[in-house]
Amino acid sequence: MKDLLAFTVIGIVTGSVYAIAASGLVLTYTTSGIFNFAHGGIGMLMAFTYWEFRFHHHWPAPLALFVVVFVIAPALGALIERVLMRNLHGRSTGTSLVVTIGLMVMLMGIAQGIWPPAARPFPEFYSGHGVTIFGIFVTTHQIITIIVAGLAALIFWYLLNRTRTGVAMRAVVDDRNLAALNGVSPARVSMLSWALGSSLAALAGILIAPALNLEILNLTLLVVVAYAAAVVGKLKSLPLTFAGAMILGLLTSYLSLSWVHAEKIPGLPGALPTIMLFACLLLLPEERLRVGRITSERGPRVPSLGESLQGGILLVVGAIVVSLVLSDANLVRVGQGMALALVMLSLVVLMGYGGQISLAQMTFVGMGAFAMARFGLGGSPLGLLMAPLLAAPIGALVALPALRLQGLYLALATMAFGVAAENMLFPRAWLFGSSTRVVPRLHLFGVHFDGEKSFFVLLAIVFSLFGIGVLALRRGRFGRLVSAMRDSPAACTTLGVNLLTTRLAVFTLSAAMAGFAGAFYGGLRGSAQTNDFLMFQSLPLLLMAVIGGITTVSGALVGGLLLGLLQTQSSTGVLAGLVFLFTGAAAVSLGRNPHGVAFYISQKLEPLKDKVPWFRPEEPDEPLTEELPRIAAAAG
Amino acid sequence: MDAPVLEMKDLHAAYGRIPVLFGVDLVVPARSVVALLGPNGAGKTTTLRVACGQHVPTSGCLHVAGKHVNGAGADDLARAGVCTIPEGRGIFANLTVDENLTMMTYTGASIADVRERAFGRFPRLFERREQLAGTMSGGEQQMLALARALATEPALLLLDEISMGLAPLIVAELYEAVRNIAADGVAILLTEQYARTALEVADYAAVMTQGRVRQMGEPADIASELSGAYLGSHGEAKRSRGAKQ
Repeated sequence: MKDLLAFTVIGIVTGSVYAIAASGLVLTYTTSGIFNFAHGGIGMLMAFTYWEFRFHHHWPAPLALFVVVFVIAPALGALIERVLMRNLHGRSTGTSLVVTIGLMVMLMGIAQGIWPPAARPFPEFYSGHGVTIFGIFVTTHQIITIIVAGLAALIFWYLLNRTRTGVAMRAVVDDRNLAALNGVSPARVSMLSWALGSSLAALAGILIAPALNLEILNLTLLVVVAYAAAVVGKLKSLPLTFAGAMILGLLTSYLSLSWVHAEKIPGLPGALPTIMLFACLLLLPEERLRVGRITSERGPRVPSLGESLQGGILLVVGAIVVSLVLSDANLVRVGQGMALALVMLSLVVLMGYGGQISLAQMTFVGMGAFAMARFGLGGSPLGLLMAPLLAAPIGALVALPALRLQGLYLALATMAFGVAAENMLFPRAWLFGSSTRVVPRLHLFGVHFDGEKSFFVLLAIVFSLFGIGVLALRRGRFGRLVSAMRDSPAACTTLGVNLLTTRLAVFTLSAAMAGFAGAFYGGLRGSAQTNDFLMFQSLPLLLMAVIGGITTVSGALVGGLLLGLLQTQSSTGVLAGLVFLFTGAAAVSLGRNPHGVAFYISQKLEPLKDKVPWFRPEEPDEPLTEELPRIAAAAG
Repeated sequence: MDAPVLEMKDLHAAYGRIPVLFGVDLVVPARSVVALLGPNGAGKTTTLRVACGQHVPTSGCLHVAGKHVNGAGADDLARAGVCTIPEGRGIFANLTVDENLTMMTYTGASIADVRERAFGRFPRLFERREQLAGTMSGGEQQMLALARALATEPALLLLDEISMGLAPLIVAELYEAVRNIAADGVAILLTEQYARTALEVADYAAVMTQGRVRQMGEPADIASELSGAYLGSHGEAKRSRGAKQ
């Protein structure tokens, strides 16, 4: 009984930190309409900044705390709003997700650059002090945490519901233009809410840092917990978010009780928040179809069969030349990019064509790599066959919530699935366990693709074939159906299209493709283990696919090669983070999103068309007719 | 006579690459009501969007109370005394009626004054003050929107199709309020699908077709010309024949 009480106290304390983090998330979401994936990242960076002042430069704790929570964090939040988020209003959920994910990756890169991994003692406030209540020793740090959480909740509930500024914050989300007509400056209101949200993130980061040993990834992942709590309140209600955080804190704590026997389900504590997130998402009411909105932007022209064949042959020939020129070591790097491009093709189908978001693509890749390792002994094509067969049902499983969810909630559901898979699925002994599995390379028609050169050419051939196949799919009936679903789900239902089966089909297909690509990805690396397929690795994949151009096959190639280069070149992550952010932000602010770099390059190559007869860059067709409905809507 | 409250000179505006206004000349004199009439797509809404600062004109002059205000933000103009009730319902659907009234204080009025004027003119809003504005009937929502014009005592009021989708009885009630506002000396520029209703309130009427103001004058003179403008016998407007009666 006594340990139950002790763990209840621990649970309440953990829940308090979760509540602070989650209420910051809810605050920025309700007041700016943008779901901030980088919330945990901000908390992480601020916790490190606090450590720097407090324990490296030995500032007194109140001073360091004040400077970080009330000066630096709000300034950072305001800066983020000014530079990144202000351009995002009126853009799709996908775009704002990509930008905040890019921001998160950059913040992690910055932290890694300034504070390279090392042991950093981060003692609690008043370490060692505490009081004994009912025989339980409660530290002063724990008491402070609970009080701060309670105060923060009260203050922010009052701010949002009882002050004019709070009403203005909610009004700006409701109707930005109308708020301006009322004399409110929407930009200033958004800036304020980002500043406040950052402060809360900083507070949560500093309070939980001692428990997480000031570790970059763990602190950044605090955001997952915050999401789970925030979803309980449907990302809107602060009281419900608070309750969700407390439930989560208590459940996590009770898992440590000896008589709960949580150890029988390995990975359960790590996956608990995501399980809760998933469960809440399943209970959410179905989103109503929005009518009268044109959600997609004008896309690039789809190349014809002849053009895609030419492109494919060109790529294979190019790959043969490259394989002859480059050394084996360099070839592995480019090959990694080619394998990633193959994975990104699955995102082109899912997100570029279908408008569905997935943050768990690496999970499918992992299933494919596992299939190749398990069934592809000696390079047997059976492994290649099993890869999509294993990944596809899992894709269908993720698609089940997707049938009801859209946009943000769908992204959260896939993310939850990715985290659950890395915690509970992959560590199973019959899958990867804690060991590293050898992934063989293909042996087909008497040809061994064991050498770096032959495997690279094989990758290029496979990418070309898949690219041609994807484009053929896009031109056909299924492609039209999927694109129509992205443009207007409401119009599709009025035409009698079954959205459920279409979504299920596109998710399953995408998962199968990612699984197939996984067999090659694993083969290129030669081995596979749980840590190769974390949810976090799906994020750079998505970012780079968007930067390359998520709507085109050439975009996947560009994105894959870029990501491959970055992954193999930069070990610190600073460069990678910066490149991610700046390219992502540039793509957004230039308005080229979501067609990416590849589309931009092909437009620049336009003048070449006359000189090279067979060269036809992907170009927009009849821009005027596509713009007219939007214009008509604006003009009333 | 004072300087006109609103003056547009050779104003051009475009959505992206598509030009919509081709040189609008329009004057709203002080203490007068101007009705802006014309068929669908003539550019009435765009003209209002430019006037309230929501849309930046490509060229031409926009003067409010004699001051050049091209490029001023909608929030700046709102604080300077331009009150705009946009097309559709100009309310925050997810805020309560009371919170909507709170939003009206950003242009300088005190919350007590806002409540007094809004509830005084539309007592029904008082009954519904705790309710989410989006859950009220269309007429009540438009009353709430119009309450902003009553409460904030603007120098210039822009009304875009306030009768849209409402029953005639409610429309009559709303226009009664508009008359009261006009009687207080507020200059008003309004667009309206019911031309007759608008002409009854208006001191002047302007007819727009194809992105230009074709005619401006006394309501009686305009009324006889109006069917021509709508039916398309008006110069270039021939192409849009039958687009809207």
